[in-house]
Amino acid sequence: MKLQVLYFARLRDAVGRSSETIDAPPEVASVGQLRAWLAGRGSPWQEAFEQVRGVRSAVDQVMADDQAPLRDGAEVAFFPPVTGG
Amino acid sequence: MTVRIQTEVFDVGAELKALHAANPKIGAIASFVGLARDVNDGQSVETLRLEHYPGMTERALEDIIRQAQARWDVMQALIIHRVGLLAPLDPIVLVVVCSMHRHDAFDACRFLIDYLKTDAPFWKHEAGPGGAHWVDARASDDVARAAWVRATGKQE
Repeated sequence: MKLQVLYFARLRDAVGRSSETIDAPPEVASVGQLRAWLAGRGSPWQEAFEQVRGVRSAVDQVMADDQAPLRDGAEVAFFPPVTGG
Repeated sequence: MTVRIQTEVFDVGAELKALHAANPKIGAIASFVGLARDVNDGQSVETLRLEHYPGMTERALEDIIRQAQARWDVMQALIIHRVGLLAPLDPIVLVVVCSMHRHDAFDACRFLIDYLKTDAPFWKHEAGPGGAHWVDARASDDVARAAWVRATGKQE
């Protein structure tokens, strides 16, 4: 399954890139599984997801929790808690 | 209903005037302006950089306005949020609600800024004499949002 993964703010700094296109294996079907798979690739993703507290996620530009399902071609974003306003 | 993300400064007076000019049924306007401070958590701030998630930001703010429209009489609503490099004294965000009466305008305006704080994908990066760092989210912002959920009994 092809996915566009985006990183923002502190998490982007920790990962060292703002986006990447990945081909996720079949067992990655939800946001939580994707995050675990990304971190499982080792440095820098593992450290980034460990260091940045309370990472939030969005699927196709809508806030999503760990149970949210993924579809082929989805845009999945990971970011720290928001601090606008 | 208007949502704008921009680097330029906004003119509060001009925005308010434009928002209610075409509708003589509007009897109340409530507005909130958020400003960049020169101190945060006891540290001096010289510059503030605001980052956002283009696309999702607009969708999130439009969704927040729709939620306000479902709860209150909102005849007009405007959210302007700046991004990029800012400095103390600079305005960051403008929220305006026009209603027939003041209570709807006040409540909807406060609801919009409270939800923006927790649901819109913006991030602040501060720099000062003590160094540069990403701003941490405040637990009090989650508390403010949760109070609206309890008050109205609605989750979304």
